[in-house]
Amino acid sequence: MTDEETSDVPSEPNSPAEPSGFIDRYTLSQRAAGLIAPVITAGIAFLLGGVVILASTGKAPWGVYAEIFKGAGLSWFFEVGNYRIGLPWSDATVWFPWNVNDIESQAATNLQQTLITTTTLMLTGLAVAFAFRCGLFNIGGQGQYLSGAILAVIIGSNLDGLSPFLHVTLALVLGTLAGALIAGIAGYLKATVGAHEVISTIMLNWIVIWVGVFLFTLGGPLQNEATGSPISHDVVEGAKLPVFWGDPLLQGLHIGFFIALAALVVYWAILNRTTLGYGVRAVGFNPEAARYGGINVSRNYFLAMAVSGAFAGLAGAIDILGWQFRISQGDILTSSVGFVGIAVALLGRNTAIGVGLGALLFGSLLTGTSTRNLDPEIFKPELASNLTLLIQGLIVLFVGADVLVVWLIAKARRK
Amino acid sequence: MAETPVVLEMRHVTKRFPGIVANDDVSFTLTEGEVHALLGENGAGKSTLMNCLYGLYHPDEGEILIKGSQVTLGSPRAAIDHGVGMVHQHFMLIPVMTVAENIVLAAEPTRWRYLLDSGEAERRVMEISERFGLSVDPHARVEDITVGQQQRVEILKALYRGAEILVLDEPTAVLTPQEAEELFTIVRGLTEQGKSIIFISHKLNEVLAIADRVTVLRRGKLIETVPTEGATEDSLARLMVGREVLLQVDKTPADPGAALLGVTDVRVIDDRGIEKVRGVSFEVRAGEIVALAGVDGNGQTELIDGLTGLMPLSAGSVVVDGRDVSRATAHQHFEAGLGHVPEDRQRRGLVLDFSIAENIGLHDFRRRPDSRFGWLFPQAMIDRARRLIKEFDVRGGGPRTRSGGLSGGNQQKVILAREIDRDPRVLIAAQPTRGLDVGAIEFVHRRLVEERDEGRAVLLVSLELEEVLSLADRILVMYEGEIVGEFPPTATEQELGIAMTGGGRERGVAA
Repeated sequence: MTDEETSDVPSEPNSPAEPSGFIDRYTLSQRAAGLIAPVITAGIAFLLGGVVILASTGKAPWGVYAEIFKGAGLSWFFEVGNYRIGLPWSDATVWFPWNVNDIESQAATNLQQTLITTTTLMLTGLAVAFAFRCGLFNIGGQGQYLSGAILAVIIGSNLDGLSPFLHVTLALVLGTLAGALIAGIAGYLKATVGAHEVISTIMLNWIVIWVGVFLFTLGGPLQNEATGSPISHDVVEGAKLPVFWGDPLLQGLHIGFFIALAALVVYWAILNRTTLGYGVRAVGFNPEAARYGGINVSRNYFLAMAVSGAFAGLAGAIDILGWQFRISQGDILTSSVGFVGIAVALLGRNTAIGVGLGALLFGSLLTGTSTRNLDPEIFKPELASNLTLLIQGLIVLFVGADVLVVWLIAKARRK
Repeated sequence: MAETPVVLEMRHVTKRFPGIVANDDVSFTLTEGEVHALLGENGAGKSTLMNCLYGLYHPDEGEILIKGSQVTLGSPRAAIDHGVGMVHQHFMLIPVMTVAENIVLAAEPTRWRYLLDSGEAERRVMEISERFGLSVDPHARVEDITVGQQQRVEILKALYRGAEILVLDEPTAVLTPQEAEELFTIVRGLTEQGKSIIFISHKLNEVLAIADRVTVLRRGKLIETVPTEGATEDSLARLMVGREVLLQVDKTPADPGAALLGVTDVRVIDDRGIEKVRGVSFEVRAGEIVALAGVDGNGQTELIDGLTGLMPLSAGSVVVDGRDVSRATAHQHFEAGLGHVPEDRQRRGLVLDFSIAENIGLHDFRRRPDSRFGWLFPQAMIDRARRLIKEFDVRGGGPRTRSGGLSGGNQQKVILAREIDRDPRVLIAAQPTRGLDVGAIEFVHRRLVEERDEGRAVLLVSLELEEVLSLADRILVMYEGEIVGEFPPTATEQELGIAMTGGGRERGVAA
């Protein structure tokens, strides 16, 4: 499907090939590892997390993980039955193994929460992954996400009376563009003066964060004075994303989930089916060969960053229109989904499917360990959310270590 | 030969990798004091066989006998313990450590068990280097010494560990001709002291110069073991490639037409601000091959980059097929009808992580039929790749194969195929045969002549005088950024050599 497949098919030419050095052998094993490596990585992270659980609580890790699994609502999938669901825009019904009409059971609400988080993480993961494919490390997903959220809250809380479809579309598009613009600045600097994207995206993160804090601070230009808190106005009803599963009043699963799934397809299509993606990948693999081939390397750096930021900006807009409906100073300062996106992309090896699965894993972890779900008997609440961070850290360490090493080696070899 | 004892015998060795048999029932013997060359094209299985001997691979079938007794070589350590030493093509030295430290590494003389005894280490290194006549400075840091000296360090390292059998993997690939000559002297010295050498190479003249016997491998199979006495380059080439090889390029006299590439007073300044090309003018006409000869580093690389739009010209003009491209981008050069086989095929010519098909589309992916309005049609590239793979006899995979997995010769064929298939008016080929084996070189040469006969203007840049003399219709010699002479193909190597080193420096007449 992606280039992985093309490289895997008849790979006997590598054969009499002796991996002549450590680097060759390493990259070879990396390529061969393909699918297995991320699974192993996640496995090791969970194993070590289990050791920590055992050491810190004396409880069997298995019970805790089962609890997290339940807390994430993944147990819902095991409640298989014989159900019929209605098809949209018609009276017809089809057979379905799961009871979608159950919107209130614990498992169902938990799963809805998990998928809401997964939606965000798929998009922030794609943001990091896309830049990676151009050889760039976009560490500014957080700022791009926030800029999308801020734009969406501005559009969503104004223009009341606009037709809902138009209102939602406008907010999503402008949020996406805001993310693209912020990342595009870093890309432009990289393309023109060679400013390293890691540095510039980190700095842009802070610029966005502090602009956001300023906008919604007490007495700030966009603060909702009626609340007396540093928080934005609420998104009007017409600008909210429709909820298709769950109780809209209690954060049901909104259609942003499908937008994110579509984004996975778009990501794959851009990379593998457009000239833009071809250029981005060529530059990511070998900028010198790309230049020789007549590809404008600087232009691709800019475009790759802009597309990358667009994914993150869309994530921010979807969160606002889907379930958050307002943004507070606290949200701006404490949110970290942009950074979790790095772990998602690393674990997913920058492929569309990998990012989707990685997002589901982290989405489950974040929801499953949130304190309201965990039985304090089983697991101390104060340790719960830290466990997610711990496992996240371990995964980044293991995946990040090998992927980054390979990436850096490849980069060094080009010089 | 019957009297000299056999030190190594490999019997019926077979090694398989997924999808390929790298060594198929190969037998090999080495006698004491012998230089035995292992000859074969890239990918013939030479290195696989030697990696089996060095314990890096374990043969699937067959046995290895050292001094008559059967051994199992599970690791390089085991091989070293049995007296096998290997000098890899890419050296395994630690640059920041001294020569002595590198040599004793993994078998260091120590004081108090854990501390390196530097004095003792240096003493032993000196002793061993005197015994075998390989002079090195034990105190020098490896990063500060020349490649030739580094190779000596590698040889000493093997000898220090008690090697009786020494495997040299393409040892001359990284050496200058002079250093290669010194290496041969060293090798002869070692055999006099009873060491046995396995010499891996695909250069015929070297094999004839240094080896006693030659074992030829082709596609993993043992073809024949012959004494070098009585063998010729032609006979070895035939064994190696499996058919008659034309070492001499067969071509008719040129029939040049209109000038297709016009270069006028071109100057190029490199990244460090040094003017590497200092006013070069020449032209290449349709139906002729003009070779640009010169010692490496005299501005050829920068001139090519300037002509192809990869580096800006600081002055002068370049005209391709009547179109002025002096200020054009690389892409516009290709559009104007230029084909470019770049000097460094792995760093520049190919995106190694792309499939063959994707590399075939490198210049044209923005155009129909590869794409339309920005939407890519991979099938178009795949179809083109399939046709070109057939036409250019690219072996080792199909359109979806990762280019990095191909051998050097096949990678070069992919590049040639891409450039020629675009039907360029002017074809610039920079060192098109570097690192290729005889079969691939023959192919590239034949193809370049064919393209000339098709009426293209071919500019060949080469460091190999033999190649220049056999292909060119006119020869330009470049020295210190200028063209210092023009010669007919009947010129001798000596005449060219003098011009290339700045002797007899009179301005050549620019075409």
